[in-house]
Amino acid sequence: MAQNQPKNLASVPDAVISLDRVAKSFDGGKSFVVRSVSLEVSKGTLLALVGGSGSGKTTTLKTINRLIEADSGSIHVDGTSVQAFAPYALRRRIGYVFQGIGLFPHLTVGENIAITPRLLDWSAASIAARVGELLDLVDLPRDFEHRSPKELSGGQQQRVGVARALAARPSIMLMDEPFGALDPLTRDALGREYRKLHEQMGLTTLLVTHDVLEAVLLADRIAVMRAGEIVANGTPQELLRDHSDAEVAALMDMPRRQALRVRSLLEEVAARE
Amino acid sequence: MSERIAAAWRVLPDYLGQHILLSAAALLMGLIISLPLAILAIRSRRVRWLVLAFASLVQTIPSLALLALFYPLLLALAALSQSFFGYSFSALGFLPSLLALTLYSMLPIIRNAVTGVVNIDPAILEAARGVGMTPRQRLLRVELPLAAPIIMAGVRTAAVWVIGAATLSTPVGQTSLGNYIFSGLQVENWVSVLFGCVAAAVLALLVDQLLGLIEAGTAKRSRWRVLLGAGALLAGVIIAVAPRLTASSAAYVVGAKNFSEQYILADLMATRIEQQGSSVSRSEGLGSVIAFRALARNDIDAYVDYSGTIWANVMQRTDSPSREVMLREMGDWLRRERGVTLLGSLGFENAYALAMRRDRAASLGIHSIADLAQHASQLTMGGDLEFFVRPEWQSLQTHYGLAFKAQRQFQPTFMYKAVASGDVDVISAFSSDGRIAAEDLVVLEDPQQAILPYDAVVLLAPTRAADATLRQALQPMIGAIPIEAMRKANFMVDRDTDKASPAAAAQWLAEQAGLTHATQ
Repeated sequence: MAQNQPKNLASVPDAVISLDRVAKSFDGGKSFVVRSVSLEVSKGTLLALVGGSGSGKTTTLKTINRLIEADSGSIHVDGTSVQAFAPYALRRRIGYVFQGIGLFPHLTVGENIAITPRLLDWSAASIAARVGELLDLVDLPRDFEHRSPKELSGGQQQRVGVARALAARPSIMLMDEPFGALDPLTRDALGREYRKLHEQMGLTTLLVTHDVLEAVLLADRIAVMRAGEIVANGTPQELLRDHSDAEVAALMDMPRRQALRVRSLLEEVAARE
Repeated sequence: MSERIAAAWRVLPDYLGQHILLSAAALLMGLIISLPLAILAIRSRRVRWLVLAFASLVQTIPSLALLALFYPLLLALAALSQSFFGYSFSALGFLPSLLALTLYSMLPIIRNAVTGVVNIDPAILEAARGVGMTPRQRLLRVELPLAAPIIMAGVRTAAVWVIGAATLSTPVGQTSLGNYIFSGLQVENWVSVLFGCVAAAVLALLVDQLLGLIEAGTAKRSRWRVLLGAGALLAGVIIAVAPRLTASSAAYVVGAKNFSEQYILADLMATRIEQQGSSVSRSEGLGSVIAFRALARNDIDAYVDYSGTIWANVMQRTDSPSREVMLREMGDWLRRERGVTLLGSLGFENAYALAMRRDRAASLGIHSIADLAQHASQLTMGGDLEFFVRPEWQSLQTHYGLAFKAQRQFQPTFMYKAVASGDVDVISAFSSDGRIAAEDLVVLEDPQQAILPYDAVVLLAPTRAADATLRQALQPMIGAIPIEAMRKANFMVDRDTDKASPAAAAQWLAEQAGLTHATQ
């Protein structure tokens, strides 16, 4: 599979995000968290980057908005090298949502959402209008605008996190385990709602998750990482069928096996009734 | 008692005003210097280590020593500035106090600012980078606002420290609430000491509460709390400072060292200058060497010193000529080398002398210092705070080979108590001190004349050499004050019961010396 990678990538048209042989080491080159990652995400695609802990998926994601600087390789967004931007300017163009949420506790919900437009010097009127719009979009009541983040539940906080990331109308979203800390029901609801937003707004999203089920249900494409390299890359359907890599096959088989177990439990219940 | 409280109340506006002005200025300077340092320290681990190590080091220096150290430092700087830019400044009073207290305020501010920022939830900092803030925006919009309550807590600690330590600025010539404490300690006016302590404590508590209000305001994002606290503080400073801005500074400054006789004589001189129709301010509680330097630099205009002190400490002479020769040579030297005018001797001597309780001396058969040397190895010697580093002690040791079982240092008031109670056997007394007679002490003879004559002399600052007002006011005092009168005046202030204020003693002394109407 790994040796087929360049061929697959070359076939992806109009890439909005492209990584070419990106590598990153945190110990001066003794070991590489990201070895040589090449990846393209075409316009309007939601690509899930899956893999176990330490596989390098979060590091890969953060090299794109330069929260982490890659050691080598090149990264382009919308056809421009990320090195052409000042890091802060780059990040204002790219939405970023992560597990830690990181709402500013000294600001209200509205001020949190408005932060990037304010950094971009939008007018007060357009900021106010945008905040209302975003609260509707992430399905929060408008009167939440003046609340403190502390008063919100975890799920509500991450809705604010998503709204904050979308505020300056980015075309690209980077999401690092965005729903990982939420309870399963909230997590499912937020995932599905985000998928809708993604389509509605024509976004290009790179979603890092260790949850294969989430990836299968939300993503257009899935890339699997292991030990700093991408070992599989395709649509969920392709990866569910492909058994060339035993580990990838086992990983992709997880949702099916879980579904089978649930189904047999349901059949038992039905038989007894 | 109530008379003493009333006296303390009268000077409160001046002392408190200067104390507030000094503390507020030091705290403000501390903030201005500490916050940028803290920001550097936040960004770099190495700078953090350096800055915190420096601030901690400053904190380990006793505050009194820190204040005192700034005086010679500023003297040197003033001399440098004079020679390079032709501009000099006063190394006494406000400036050394301000600098020392500023340094003192830095540690809590820097430490809290660093702690406050370093302990911010990493997720919040990641979000700040993620939304596209520049480092500067992160600092101003996220890090400082979130650390503000902790920074304010540091400012509170610094404020309390500064207000407390500001009482120690009195010995370098800065008026503060410490004047109550230092002068009260000298003349054993415990009401004054207590008054100073309570005033400083109340001020510190009040400021702490107001800063606490601001701290709570920053934590709860309550604007009215911040405004109320800041407004009250600002109002306090304005009320303290306003009278200082309108009041023209006094025409003359009279200096006094830190013991009763000096307070009395300073008061006498000040009153006489005021009778000439000029305003006078007092710079009291000065250290012995500081007083002379301050005069030579025109920071004070006149004070009383003692011939032996000038001879040995200022002129660095080790010989001991006769009294007349010494006074003449000294007058010439002071004028030639320092531009200082020796107006004349007041008529009495306040020499260092060794004194013992009469019964103790009699039982050991001690009459002179030579006798004392025979018994010294079984006896304990008490000296005032500077005696054992003074040339007189050197001279006594070389002349008589004195070697005591133990040596202890006291603030003079306690030194007399110690010899009276038998805690020490011999003390370094002053010959004009009323307590020699009161405690029934004998002054030991000095057959080898190891101790120099200590005639009380009036000195004038270089710029006042030909000042008619000053000469008219002070000339009549020359030769007018007999030792007995001075002793009694000193004792009026020093005694335990029925104490008089230095002003009352000065008034009495003026009457005794026939000085009350001399200038009319």
